[in-house]
Amino acid sequence: MAARVGKRVVTFLLVLGGLWALWEGYKWLWERTAWSKPFRVDDLTLPHAHAILLQLGESTSTGDDLWLFLIRAALFTAKSAAVGFAFGAVVGFFLGVVLVQFDVLRRGIMPYVVASQTIPILALAPIVVRGLGSVSIGGSPPPDWVRVSVIASYLTFFPVTVNTIRGLRSADPWALELMHSYAARGWTVLWKLRVPSALPYIFTALKIAATASVVGAIIGEQTASISNGLGGAILNFNQYYVLEPKNLWATNFYAALLGIGFFLVVLLAEKVVVHRAPERLV
Amino acid sequence: MSVSTSVVSINGLSKVFGKGGVTALQGIDLEVERGEFVSLIGPSGCGKSTLLRIVGDIIAPTEGEVAVNGKPARKARLDRDYGIVFQAPVLYDWRTVAKNIALPLEMLGWNRAKRAARVRDMVELVELGGFEKHHPWQLSGGMQQRVSIARALSFSPALLLMDEPFGALDEMTRERLNLELLRIWAETGSTVIFVTHSISEAVFLSTRVVVMSPRPGRVASIVPVDLPQPRTAATREQPRFFELVTRVRESLHAVGADEVEETLATEDELA
Repeated sequence: MAARVGKRVVTFLLVLGGLWALWEGYKWLWERTAWSKPFRVDDLTLPHAHAILLQLGESTSTGDDLWLFLIRAALFTAKSAAVGFAFGAVVGFFLGVVLVQFDVLRRGIMPYVVASQTIPILALAPIVVRGLGSVSIGGSPPPDWVRVSVIASYLTFFPVTVNTIRGLRSADPWALELMHSYAARGWTVLWKLRVPSALPYIFTALKIAATASVVGAIIGEQTASISNGLGGAILNFNQYYVLEPKNLWATNFYAALLGIGFFLVVLLAEKVVVHRAPERLV
Repeated sequence: MSVSTSVVSINGLSKVFGKGGVTALQGIDLEVERGEFVSLIGPSGCGKSTLLRIVGDIIAPTEGEVAVNGKPARKARLDRDYGIVFQAPVLYDWRTVAKNIALPLEMLGWNRAKRAARVRDMVELVELGGFEKHHPWQLSGGMQQRVSIARALSFSPALLLMDEPFGALDEMTRERLNLELLRIWAETGSTVIFVTHSISEAVFLSTRVVVMSPRPGRVASIVPVDLPQPRTAATREQPRFFELVTRVRESLHAVGADEVEETLATEDELA
């Protein structure tokens, strides 16, 4: 066990080292040869990896150091993304269950479910965020992060619905006959056979949705001009990129880490919930 | 014919698949008495599995009637009068051995304590003590099929339907499970209908062997097996055993030898 963990840590460090070497090697080669394809490389377009790391210790205009500023921003985004993810997953799951039960409904509704995902999120987000801003809940509009989470859930529900439908149908025909032989009711078959059979499919969707919800939250913040999260930080640092490119790079790393964090949480949940032959995880 | 002791009573049963399509079964009449062990044997396409499914009300007959415990098959299914074992174990991967066995008991609304007690008995019956907490994929094929049998018997159904349950297992495991099945049958006193394509398995296990002919599936002959009970590994070496095996084999050849040879020839050509 300890040996396996050790092996994983070593692999992780090796890959990390390899990526760092690629980064720095690329920078070194392009700078040295002054190649301009696909773009010219200098400290502005591609800062040193370690310089980005060191930048985290610099203070920002808010008075906080960059690392702390970004953690605050990441937590704000994480809150919207997590709530949106959870809401989208629940809606997506139940939509899938309903659509599988009623085939007529599925044929009628599925095209709109697909259409909902072809509308660019950039076009839809401002409408949703502004629209919800004019809604009154208990005398005041819902807080910013709630509006952003709606965008995140919009990106989350779709893969969950599609995979739930697929998964619920994946139940073994013999297992269904077995349930039939027990004179099991539809709900019992759903709960004791179809849903457990669907779980691996649903978790695949949740892994996709986990990272999508982070992206959705960031885009939602940007289109709604909400500046507390990573979306706001990206817009802000983008404006000052020429003065300090490392701030934007650091923000991007935080966004990536947040996505990875979400993914790992889903992975962990899968390990706890799904008891299958351990042939495939990740 | 006394209706009271018949567990299964089949009258004039036919099954046609599709509109004007393949006739799988034609004019089947069969009575299975309480405590009998009846095997259905025949070449592929003789409808033996179809017949079993109709008895279990998994599919409906085109014509004729099936009564289980004196009730229509559908009523019998709704009353959970039979347990079924398929060719594959059909265990739920996400459930442990104990929880797989308890599945039908959950459907029947048994409480936790009652379920646990029955699962203990069943685990003992199929000799899987110590594996209660294992998941199916951690067991061998033979052990998985034993779990499947335990699950089918857990709610003490009057009738056990088995569709080539040992077909996917190796010969050694199969013979051992044959013995175990006979012990379980004797201990539980249940009635068994057993589909197989192994002549020796059919003769070894059964009190009667029903030989079926293919296309359309019919009952060609019924061979009563008078081998003494309880049967043991030595039973397979008795002259009477070989005589009965020969009789079943000859019945099979009489009904479908052409078909079988034709099939074999086609398979050879393909190979």
